[in-house]
Amino acid sequence: MQTLRSRRLATRARLARYGWVGLLTMLLAACHTDMYSQPRYQPYEPSSFFADGRSSRPNVPGAVAAGQVQTDTYLYTAKVNGVVGNVMPFPVTANLLARGQQQFTIYCSVCHGVAGMGQSIVAERASIVPANFHQQRLRDVPIGHFFDVITNGVYRSDPVKGGYQSMFSYASRIKVEDRWAIAAYIRALQLSQNATVDDVPPAERAKLGR
Amino acid sequence: MGQIFPRNANLLMRLSIFAGLLLAVELTLILGVYFRSNYFRQINVAIEQPVPYSHQLHAGVLGIDCRYCHISVDKSSFANVPATETCMTCHSQIKSNSPKLAVVRESYATGKPVEWLRVHRVPDFVYFNHSIHINKGIGCSNCHGQINTMAVVWQTQPLYMGWCLNCHRNPEKYIRPRDQVFNMDYVQPVDQLQVGANLVKQYGVNKAQLTNCYICHR
Repeated sequence: MQTLRSRRLATRARLARYGWVGLLTMLLAACHTDMYSQPRYQPYEPSSFFADGRSSRPNVPGAVAAGQVQTDTYLYTAKVNGVVGNVMPFPVTANLLARGQQQFTIYCSVCHGVAGMGQSIVAERASIVPANFHQQRLRDVPIGHFFDVITNGVYRSDPVKGGYQSMFSYASRIKVEDRWAIAAYIRALQLSQNATVDDVPPAERAKLGR
Repeated sequence: MGQIFPRNANLLMRLSIFAGLLLAVELTLILGVYFRSNYFRQINVAIEQPVPYSHQLHAGVLGIDCRYCHISVDKSSFANVPATETCMTCHSQIKSNSPKLAVVRESYATGKPVEWLRVHRVPDFVYFNHSIHINKGIGCSNCHGQINTMAVVWQTQPLYMGWCLNCHRNPEKYIRPRDQVFNMDYVQPVDQLQVGANLVKQYGVNKAQLTNCYICHR
């Protein structure tokens, strides 16, 4: 009985002396980073699974996302039987023009200038000649032309015969509705350079400051 | 009754008082100073990218809007890094032979992405959403600093939880009008608290829910 008790005490003493080693091991083992870096892909995270190393996969050709079937051909192409049309696919409101102004300022003014004169700091430094929206040719084109150019870009002569793309397509960057809003805003810009006070509704004239 | 502790345990006990004090100081330094230091967070450390792209030139001098390249910043949780196509929109004609752009041209020709390095990173257990901040009047420069003056981008804010909560508890201190969100040189008005409180109300920012755990941790 006595020996059993003393043996138990000796065990306890050993525990007191060396127990902290086990405790520390457990504490240190508790440090891990699998919540910090979880087993899922963050945007652009590299992947070893795919041959090109990208976890963000390009669209499969022909795939249509739910709710994105493009049934309204005119809305998405601005064309009727291959010819650009001269009507907006939805009504133009003041909000739409404001949206168009915002989008125009972000994406178009970089080259074409905020007033659409074809002059900007980028164009000047790079000595490129973007289109001036106030030239007669562009005042006469149907409104769908602007949508078409934003969607498909502009080629200087045939690319097969050594021509180059002077304006890239913005279809992947600007939503369809916003492209139409920009087209409407370009029309507003054109009007602004060729309008008189009589064109402004009497109720709005006070805002002109005279 | 047998002795549990040997005699030298008395000495160890006394020494452990000092050891305990030392441990407390060390823990304070490690947790309170090292982990919060600019060194640990890599704040003010400029990250060299594979292409010597300058925000100072493009956003500052040329005045190109943030959204021209970071198109999804106001639509998605993630502010995209522009596709090579976006670079080539201009650089197929401008500086098209520059050796600095060789990596971009190669990427455009082969379809292999440019391997940009990440500057701002939050842990995976934080669900940060860019669009909600942009659309509720938090400016780019609030978190990223004046990127339009940086030739090479560095992190200016610590991005730790206390820093997030600082704004989530008092959004009126930082909120700005929506049309000023992309203005990198925005300066707060002197009556920011009054203006901010109005904007918080106007934009429907629900202060009570901003400090809920699941706002960021889901």
